[in-house]
Amino acid sequence: MKKFKEWLRDWDEGTFDFTIDTAAAGNEESTVSESFEKTALTDLENREFRLFSRAFPITAVILASVMIVFLLSAVMRLPAFGSPHTPPAESVTIQRYIENGLSETGAINIVAGVILDYRAFDTLGESHVLFAAAAAVFILMASARRRPESPRDQAILRDDPILRNTTKVLVPIILLFGLYVIFNGHLGPGGGFSGGSIIGGGLIMYEMSYGPTRLQRVLNLKTYKITVLVSLLFYSIAKCYSFFCGANSLHTIFGPGTPGRIFSAGLILPLNMVVGIVVSCTLYGFYALFMREQI
Amino acid sequence: MWMTLWNNRIQVAAVILFAVGFVTLLLHRNLIKKVIGLNIMDTAAYLFLTSIGYIENRLSPIIQEGDTALETYVNPLPAGLVLTGIVVSVSVTAVMLALTIRIYRRYHTLNLDDIYRYVHDEMEGEQ
Repeated sequence: MKKFKEWLRDWDEGTFDFTIDTAAAGNEESTVSESFEKTALTDLENREFRLFSRAFPITAVILASVMIVFLLSAVMRLPAFGSPHTPPAESVTIQRYIENGLSETGAINIVAGVILDYRAFDTLGESHVLFAAAAAVFILMASARRRPESPRDQAILRDDPILRNTTKVLVPIILLFGLYVIFNGHLGPGGGFSGGSIIGGGLIMYEMSYGPTRLQRVLNLKTYKITVLVSLLFYSIAKCYSFFCGANSLHTIFGPGTPGRIFSAGLILPLNMVVGIVVSCTLYGFYALFMREQI
Repeated sequence: MWMTLWNNRIQVAAVILFAVGFVTLLLHRNLIKKVIGLNIMDTAAYLFLTSIGYIENRLSPIIQEGDTALETYVNPLPAGLVLTGIVVSVSVTAVMLALTIRIYRRYHTLNLDDIYRYVHDEMEGEQ
C-alpha cells in the first residue's frame, strides 16, 4: 500500500520514471538536466508564482462552468434526440447519399460510399494526416544508433512459451480477420481504417512476443517507406482519375458493378486496401518508434 | 427545461464529458494527464456527432434488400465525420506523446511548473 502511494505521488508530480530508464536513453540530451539545480526563486517571483498557482485552478473551473452553461443552452435548442426532423437528416445531401448511393457508387455500406467515393478527398487528407504524424514521430523519436539492450528488452526477447504459443495461434486469426474487415468494407460494417487497425494490432502482438528481428525480415524501414508511399500515391492517382471521369460523366472502367459482390463498387475496394495498408503500417510504426526508436 | 435536457441526455453527457476533459487539460500539471484530457475532449465530440446522426426506429446505413428509401436509415454522414476525427486524434496523440518523451528526456520531469523553471534558468544562463 505504501509503495502504491509513493508511486501515485511520483506519478502526480511527474517524476515517475516511466519506460525509459535514464541509463538506456544514452544520448547527448540525458546529461543536460544534471546541470540544472532547483534555483531558489526571488521573493517577488515566488509571490507571483503562488498567486498564479492559487488563482489558476479557480479560473479554470469557472471557465469550464461557463462553457458548460453555454453549451447546455445550445443543447436545449437542438431538436430532440432521435427525432427524424433534424436539419442534417432532411438535407438534400443525405437524401442523395441514401437514395442514389447504391446506384452511383455500388457500395452497400453507405458510409463507405460516402467516405471513399463522394468525399474521397477528405479521406485522402486523412491518410496524409496519418503519414504526417508517422513522419513527425519518426523525426522526434528515431535514432540512427541501436539502443543498448536494457533488461526490459531482454525480458521481451526471453523465450516465453505461453506468450509465444498464444501468439502463434492468435496472430494468423487476427490478420485474417483484419483482411476480412478490409475486403468487406463496401458490403458491410468495416473498411480500411478498422481493418488496418486490426492488422496493426496483430503486427504489434507478433513483435511483442517474438522481438523485432523476425518481423524486420518483411517490414524494415525501406519496405515500410516504399509501401506507405506507393499506397498514398496510388490513392492520389486513382482518386484524380475517378474525379475526372465522374465529374465529366466520362466512361470509367471502374463502374459500380453488381452490388453485393466482392469485386464491385468501383474504386472503393482498392482504396480500402490502400487505406488499410497505410493505417496498419502507421500503427505498427508508432509502436516500433516508441518502443525501440527504429522501424 | 428539464424535460428538454432529459430528452437530449446523450448530448448533455457529451457536454459534461467535454468539460471534464477541458478541466483535466487545464488543472493537471502533468503532461501525460494533459494528453489524456485532450483525448477525453475528442471522445466527447464523437459522442455528440454520433448522437446527432441517430434517428429512432431506423436501421444502420447498410442497405438491406435493395431498400433505398430515405426513411429506412439513420444519417450516414456523422459516422464518416467521426471516422475522420478518430484518425486525426490518434495522430495528434502520437505526436504529443513523442514530444512529451523528448521533454522528459531533456528535463527528467513531466511537471509543467518544473519545466518552466528549467527553461527560465536556461534562458537566464544564455544571457
